[in-house]
Amino acid sequence: MKLILIFISAALINNFVLTYFLGICPFLGVSNKSENALNMGLATTFVMTLTAAVTWPVYHYILVRYNVPFLQYVAFIILIAALVQFVEMYIRKSSPALYRALGIYLPLITTNCAVLGLALFMVLRDYNYIESIIFGFATGVGFTFAIFMMSGIREELEFADIPRHFQGISITLIIAGMMALAFMGFAGLIRG
Amino acid sequence: MLSTLIIISAVSMGGIGAALAGFLAFADKKFKVEEDPRIEALVGALPGSNCGGCGYPGCRPLAEKLLSGEAPPNVCVAGGNETAIKLAALLGLEAKEHKRTLAVVLCRGGNVEAERRASYAGDLTCTASDLTAGDKSCAYGCLGYGECVEACKFGAMAMNDNGLPVVFYDKCVGCGACAKACPRNIIEMHPEDHALFVYCRSKDKGAWAKKVCSVSCIACGLCVKDCSVTGGITLKNNLAVVDYNLAPQNDESTKRCPTKCILSGIEPAMTKQNYLASIPKKAG
Repeated sequence: MKLILIFISAALINNFVLTYFLGICPFLGVSNKSENALNMGLATTFVMTLTAAVTWPVYHYILVRYNVPFLQYVAFIILIAALVQFVEMYIRKSSPALYRALGIYLPLITTNCAVLGLALFMVLRDYNYIESIIFGFATGVGFTFAIFMMSGIREELEFADIPRHFQGISITLIIAGMMALAFMGFAGLIRG
Repeated sequence: MLSTLIIISAVSMGGIGAALAGFLAFADKKFKVEEDPRIEALVGALPGSNCGGCGYPGCRPLAEKLLSGEAPPNVCVAGGNETAIKLAALLGLEAKEHKRTLAVVLCRGGNVEAERRASYAGDLTCTASDLTAGDKSCAYGCLGYGECVEACKFGAMAMNDNGLPVVFYDKCVGCGACAKACPRNIIEMHPEDHALFVYCRSKDKGAWAKKVCSVSCIACGLCVKDCSVTGGITLKNNLAVVDYNLAPQNDESTKRCPTKCILSGIEPAMTKQNYLASIPKKAG
């Protein structure tokens, strides 16, 4: 039951993009086309799940055990960087088309604050190993959800008659704000 | 106590780092992607300045496009003819002549000639100033904050004392970065055999254009009448426009211009050396 709660809470209610405003860079940068947005979301989900799976043992069996938990920021950042490097190599080998579509945004997952935020929240909330992995996966699903919906709206916007001063990034930010408001509505899900 | 903490920190971080490095080295071997060795050769032949003048994001993406045949070998503007020949040789193609393009600044209304209607105290970039509609009275003229000079990666531009950009034609490779940087589209890219230019972009009516800037085009039509080729120069939106397809390269049309905004053949003479020599040395 707790696992389901963690999943729903991370994917919808406390969506990283729309309630914590983490990972805004790819959210605005790769949401032009639905296909790319979905791929970006899947790549990020993959990285997030792996991050949770790798950072948890490192934190608990190395940093806590030897009493140096203050090193968590540095340790998490290098772990995430190495993971993204690995994912990049893997995607490049297995799917060159996806590699080209993601372009610069793939290495940018390294500096995606949502991934580091996930690792830090995991520590802060004191999840056990299984919960951490579920949390990482759910965060990725929430990210994919947000970026995919955004790309759908932006594709429709191509044909909309937008006033000149709102065109481009400003209308995107307004939509992001409205989506965030809508997501706040999910807060009613877990009452009682 | 503190020293043990430092040692533990160093060893644990070093250990994690070393483990990850080993893992990545292994993954690099395992997931190695074979690349066409010709790409490296092509990248070596390109200037490597990543100026983007060819229309691709950089020299490496261009090399990939060259190999797939999507880009012709004479597309590199920074390298010019020599690079085109080298690339064509590497690709086994015949080199086509590379036509050099140059940047031309189409505004001569500097601090002396053009009036300022306000004192601008915001961010000192052209784009920011242009968002406030600019501090110059002329809505089409050069704002003079030098974004084009900053965009130039080849040291081919400078701002002169009059607050106008100068292009050095011995250095300009025609990548077009300055033209893209200018928020008012004052800089145009032209093949080097073009000589006749209207150095004004003002679409304002003659009286107003003249009031705010002494070297503006007032659309009097004298150059149109004097042009040796019929239709070589036309008036469009209160501005004289040269039709380069008809190639009116003569000086006749420039002689009677009351504001001296249409001129011929002043560009190629401006080299970096000439420019530096033209600045009067400061006394003392």
